[in-house]
Amino acid sequence: MTISAAPSLNSFRAGPDEAGMFGIFGGRFVAETLMPLILDLQDHWQRARADADFQAELDHLNRHYTGRPSPLYFAERLTEHLGGAKIYFKRDELNHTGSHKINNCLGQILLAKRMGKTRIIAETGAGQHGVATATVAARFGLDCVVYMGATDVERQAPNVFRMKLLGAEVRPVHSGHGTLKDSMNEALRDWVTNVEDTYYLIGTAAGPHPYPELVREFQSVIGREAREQIMAAEGRLPDLLVAAVGGGSNAIGLFHPFLDDPDVGMVGVEAGGRGLSGEEHCASLTAGRPGVLHGNRTYLLQDDDGQIKDGHSISAGLDYPGIGPEHSWLKESGRVDYVPIMDDEALEAFQLLTRLEGIIPALEPAHALAEVVKRAPAMDREAIIVMNLCGRGDKDIFTVAKMLGLEM
Amino acid sequence: MTSTRIDRRMAALKEQGRPALVTYMMGGDPDYDSALAVMKALPPAGADIIELGMPFSDPMADGPAIQAAGLRALKGGQTLKKTLAMAKDFRAADDDTPIVLMGYYNPIYSYGVEGFLEDAKAAGIDGLIVVDLPPEMDAELCVPALEAGLNFIRLATPTTDDKRLPTVLQNTSGFVYYVSMTGITGSALPDTSRVGEAVGRIKAHTPLPVCVGFGVKSPEQAAAIAAAADGVVVGTAIVNIIAATLDADGQREGDPAAAVSAFVASLKTAMIEARA
Repeated sequence: MTISAAPSLNSFRAGPDEAGMFGIFGGRFVAETLMPLILDLQDHWQRARADADFQAELDHLNRHYTGRPSPLYFAERLTEHLGGAKIYFKRDELNHTGSHKINNCLGQILLAKRMGKTRIIAETGAGQHGVATATVAARFGLDCVVYMGATDVERQAPNVFRMKLLGAEVRPVHSGHGTLKDSMNEALRDWVTNVEDTYYLIGTAAGPHPYPELVREFQSVIGREAREQIMAAEGRLPDLLVAAVGGGSNAIGLFHPFLDDPDVGMVGVEAGGRGLSGEEHCASLTAGRPGVLHGNRTYLLQDDDGQIKDGHSISAGLDYPGIGPEHSWLKESGRVDYVPIMDDEALEAFQLLTRLEGIIPALEPAHALAEVVKRAPAMDREAIIVMNLCGRGDKDIFTVAKMLGLEM
Repeated sequence: MTSTRIDRRMAALKEQGRPALVTYMMGGDPDYDSALAVMKALPPAGADIIELGMPFSDPMADGPAIQAAGLRALKGGQTLKKTLAMAKDFRAADDDTPIVLMGYYNPIYSYGVEGFLEDAKAAGIDGLIVVDLPPEMDAELCVPALEAGLNFIRLATPTTDDKRLPTVLQNTSGFVYYVSMTGITGSALPDTSRVGEAVGRIKAHTPLPVCVGFGVKSPEQAAAIAAAADGVVVGTAIVNIIAATLDADGQREGDPAAAVSAFVASLKTAMIEARA
C-alpha cells in the first residue's frame, strides 16, 4: 500500500509553497545583493531539516541547555478565580534566558554553523531576542552584533548590559525613528554589506522566505510538547489556544501543530496600545492592511501612501508595525481569530497573575492573559484553555512601576 | 517591445562614443518646488538620464544620506502621487530626457499596480527600479510594467554570480545597473579595475548597456568608471549637495538647483575627457 506523503489540500499546515508564499502573503522581497544569500540559506535549511544529526543536536541543546520540555502548568487558583474554563500555561518563561526566543536562536545558530558563518547579527526591541542571540553566539564562540533602537537602548539598560556581558556588541540605531523596525532595517543594511561571513538571525517568524518557515519550525517545539502534555493531563485536546502576537513567533509555535484539529480554537492577541482609534497601537492584523516590508507581504500599519507607521505598545516585544506572513494568511482563512488588548488591560492581567499564581509574566503574555480573563468565565468548566506564557517579567518591572506611578 | 526614451538615449550616446551620466535625486527633497527646480536643472548641466527617487519610510538598501533625503521629502508632504505629478511637470518642458522612478515596492503596491503603471506612463515615466523586487517576484510588477511599455531596470551586484546572471537579466530592459559593491548606497567605492571586470562579465550575458553606481562621489571616480562602463550613476553625492544647501531643520538656505547644476557639469566634463 502506498500512502501519499503530500500534504492534504485541506491542510492548514502545508504552507508555504516553494516560492515562500502563504496564499498572497510571504515571498522574497529583498534587494538582489541578498537574494543569493537567501537561496543559500534555503538550501542549507532544506538539508538540515531532513538531517537526523541536526535534529538530534537541537533536541540535545533544547533539553540540556534550555531546559525543555517546559512544563504545562494547571493554573488552579486563576481557574477558580475566573470560574470558567480550566486554564493551563505552557511555561516557556522558564527557559534559559527567560523566554521562547531561545528555541529559535538555537536552531538558527546551528544552521549558521553548518553554513560556515562566523559573524551573527540580530535586531532586538526590548532586548529579549538580543539576549538570546548573544547567549547562543557566546555558546558557539561566534562574533555577535545586535542592532537596537537608540531609545530602547536607554529604556532597557539591564538587557543591554546582559548582551555586553555575553560578549555582543550592541549598536544603537538612530536612523528613522530609532524603533524595532529601524533596527531591522539596519540589520538588513549590515547584511547587505557583509555578505561573506555574516548570518542574520531574525527573531520572529517574519522576513523573506525561508525565515518565516524555519522560525516556525524551531518554535513549533512549543506546540508539539503542549499537545503531548495536555493529552497526558486531560486525555483530550484543548478547546482554545491563546498567545500574544508581535511578530508572531511564540503564537505560531503553539498554534501550528494544532492547525488541522478543527475543534481546537485559536486566538492571537495583538497590542491594542492606547486604543485602535488613535495611532498608538500595534494591531497590524486588526487595524492594518496588506503591504510589503522587510522581505515579505503581510498586514502592516501604514498610511494611505504606503509609508510604514511606528507602533506603540506598553510591551516593547509587541512594538512592531508588521506581523509574520503566516498569521496574515491564518487571519484571512478564518482559522485563527486575532483580537487587540489595550495597555491597561495587559497591566491588570500582569498584576492578577503575579498575585494569584506567584508568576511574574512578561508584558507580552500578559496581553494573552488579559484575553483569557475575558473568555474563560463565559466558557464551560470542563473546557480547556492553553495559553503560551512565553516570557518572564523580570525585564518589565521598571515599566510596570512607572505605569503604576511607583518609585522603585 | 517598442523603444523607450531610455533605449533611444542609450543608442544615441553609443553612437557618439559618450558615457551616460545617470543622476539620482529624491522626489520632494526638501519640498516639491525645490526638487522640481533641481530636476529641471539636471539635463542642461549634462545629465543624460534622471533617476527620480520615490521616498519610503523604510529604505533598507540605502545609506544615511538617502535615508535622510527620503525623510525630508516625506516631512515636506511628498507622496507617490506627487512624485508622478513632478515628472509630469518636468515633461511639460522636456520631452526627451528619460526618467526612471527608483524606490521600494510598498508605496506602489499600496497605490495599486495597474493604476500606478497607467499614471506613470501618462506622467512620462520611462523605466522603474524597484530595489526589493528580485526576479523571483517578477509577476508582481516587472512583467506588467514591461507589458505597459516601461523599462524594468535590474540591479546586478557582486553576489550575482554567472549562474544567477541569466535569471537577473531575463526581464531586464533599458540598461543594467551594476551595483559596484555589496553594501548600501553611498558607501566607499572599490577599486575601478574590479568594476571593469564585472562590467565585462555582465556584457558577456547581455547586449544591454551597463551603468555602474553605488559610491561614485567625485568627477575623478566618475571618469574612472566611465572608462570601463556604458554609464555612471551618481546619487548620494547629489543628495549630499542638496542637503548642504539646507539648514538644520531641512529648510532651504542656499540654491540646491544651482549647486547641483555645477556639480553635475563637473562630472560630465570629467567623464567625457575620460573617453577622449
